[in-house]
Amino acid sequence: MINIKIDNKDLKVAPGTTILDAAKSVGINIPTLCYLHLHDFDITNKPAGCRICVVEVKGRRNLAPACATDCYEGMEVSTHNIRVLNSRKTVLELILSDHPTDCLICPKSGSCELQTLAQDMGIRQIEYQGEQSHYKEDTSPAIIRDVDKCIMCRRCEMMCNEVQTVGVLSAVNRGFMSVVAPAFEMNLDHSVCTYCGQCVAVCPTGALTEVDHTNQVIRALADPSKTVIVQTAPAVRVALGEEFGMEPGTRVTGKMVTALRNLGFDYVFDTDFAADLTIMEEGTELLDRLTRHLNGDKTVKLPMLTSCCPGWVNFFEHQFPEMSDIPSTARSPQQMFGAIAKTYFADKLGIKRENLVVVSIMPCLAKKYECQRDEFATNGNPDVDFAVSTRELAHLIKQANIDFNILPDQDFDKPMGESTGAAVIFGTTGGVIEAAARTAYEIFTGKTLEKVDFKQLRGMEWIREATVDFDGTPIKIGIAHGLGNARKLLQDIKDGKSEFHAIEIMACPGGCIGGGGQPLHHGDTSILMARQKAIYSEDSGKVIRKSHENPYIQTLYAEFLGKPMSEKAHHLLHTHYFDRSKPVEIDE
Amino acid sequence: MANIKISEQKVLQIEAICKEFNNEKGELINVLHKTQSLVGYLPAEVQEIISKNLNCSLAHIYGVVTFYSFFTMIPKGEFPISICMGTACYVRGAEKVLDEFKRILNVPVGQTTPDGKFSLSCLRCVGACGLAPVVMVGEKVYGRVSPDGVKDIIKEYKQA
Repeated sequence: MINIKIDNKDLKVAPGTTILDAAKSVGINIPTLCYLHLHDFDITNKPAGCRICVVEVKGRRNLAPACATDCYEGMEVSTHNIRVLNSRKTVLELILSDHPTDCLICPKSGSCELQTLAQDMGIRQIEYQGEQSHYKEDTSPAIIRDVDKCIMCRRCEMMCNEVQTVGVLSAVNRGFMSVVAPAFEMNLDHSVCTYCGQCVAVCPTGALTEVDHTNQVIRALADPSKTVIVQTAPAVRVALGEEFGMEPGTRVTGKMVTALRNLGFDYVFDTDFAADLTIMEEGTELLDRLTRHLNGDKTVKLPMLTSCCPGWVNFFEHQFPEMSDIPSTARSPQQMFGAIAKTYFADKLGIKRENLVVVSIMPCLAKKYECQRDEFATNGNPDVDFAVSTRELAHLIKQANIDFNILPDQDFDKPMGESTGAAVIFGTTGGVIEAAARTAYEIFTGKTLEKVDFKQLRGMEWIREATVDFDGTPIKIGIAHGLGNARKLLQDIKDGKSEFHAIEIMACPGGCIGGGGQPLHHGDTSILMARQKAIYSEDSGKVIRKSHENPYIQTLYAEFLGKPMSEKAHHLLHTHYFDRSKPVEIDE
Repeated sequence: MANIKISEQKVLQIEAICKEFNNEKGELINVLHKTQSLVGYLPAEVQEIISKNLNCSLAHIYGVVTFYSFFTMIPKGEFPISICMGTACYVRGAEKVLDEFKRILNVPVGQTTPDGKFSLSCLRCVGACGLAPVVMVGEKVYGRVSPDGVKDIIKEYKQA
């Protein structure tokens, strides 16, 4: 341990501790802007570029960035003397002098870290007036880049390159002209962007935001000729409460249903229903491949990869198109829901699909892109009309003057609102494969699964592996979250080194609970841990916890689909993938 | 893809350059240097080849190419024109000479005319301050250039 002094407080810290962390341990919060530390994932961004965290170190000529300066024996630090405060204020004013001041109408207003900093530091005027940099706005199907609001913190670049290894964003040009952009400054929709939205999740300002579909939803709700139904993804119910001041990890399923009903949705359904359906299809596909493999069929493709994550689908279509026969052909729960809603349910209501509007509430930005894909539409009418994020739902609720906190709990509508515990765990890393294991075990062995909790599949480690005993047959399972980790498992498969039978992949750190459309965590990963815990307690509170036991799923097969992997199921619930390793297109 | 197509032989040569640096990401700047001296510039297609071979994101390569002023994505003209902006040339009116080149060729500094004949750039001191202001076209040096003389210089090469 080494002895240091911060603001006249003596303390002992371990060698290698930064001034920032040392100060935090004694209750001194040095302000930061570019710095980001995702503790539970061991991800750090500290380019020391913004200089907001500068402090004075006795004996050092210039001020030191606290985030990137290690403590040494005898160090004396001052975090708020006049010199530090003046410098910090100058730095902030210089950043603000090249930043639009349209806070009132900025989509990030209220959750912008730059705005908060300016507030905290009491900035009332900007002394520096000069030229401002201007750059084209880039709107893709899911993400908007408003680069004028970029402060070059490089957090998005770190997520895109180091965590996700997608490699779309990089700092380009230099000096006043420098921006974060894709190669050749093409628009995102021409790049290999997966729309995972992790750049949006960490952007401190309004430079990266989601495409907002709330107005379209409001218009649909107001149209008397339309029947508007809604589905909610599993991860939304454990995060939405945060937007209304609740503790992270608060489960608000019942309040969310009531709020959606109050908003005017004709039927409030659950994506979890479709998650159960996904297990029926994907689980059957896995068993089919497994059985053929165990019987010595050399043509069968193993491991089978899950396919519910649209960011992940985009990733392999762009970067590993030659392996697109390995993932399951099962559509994602969002799209299964849409396909069943616009056929089976529309028929039940006796209305045309054009008059049924399907809205989904998703923790995800890639879902916005997914529902716009051509293959998920019939005669130009999409199976899912609009995908809105958890954050957008919070805005909708606030606009409708609903006091979320005092809402009573209500239940989802039938039939597409009924789900099992297996479905709700789709919202966290490890959940899809656990849900699949619960059903596959019973079908494969013909026995009842007594212990439904597969604890060995749970956790937050980037890559996890476990062997599940199917009554004497060991099934090897791999799990990866974060696309960089998915890449590692994919490379192993490519090199013929993979021994897994099945692999679950989710693009976002933590799975959907950490999705790009969730309430912003501002770098506090304990929030993700709390959401994960909430997902598992939602599961254990359910009476039915295996997808194939969902009575409404059983009815759906009996009345409409026949059996899993039937021709009708193939047509409505499965998909095919495209080679999108397209050559570079340069925008004019 | 950009509409520039480079020859199969050049592709092999670029791949050989990458290999010479063991396809190491960390050698990107060296690879770009050698490649630019081979091709003359670094168009999108060339950056793509390097991206594949060094297993390095295209955005990162583009970032490096646009950061360093030495690298260029624009091919030099058949007759590269450089105007000296060194102190001696500058005080003797180099800027007016440059403006005249820009006006007649209708291209900004760092660009090439659409017909590919002329490219315009600035440089710092060619060691001929006694002849200021100095203009170079390729290897040939023109001294005591006045704005009026610019059109004659261009004319010389227009016919070539």
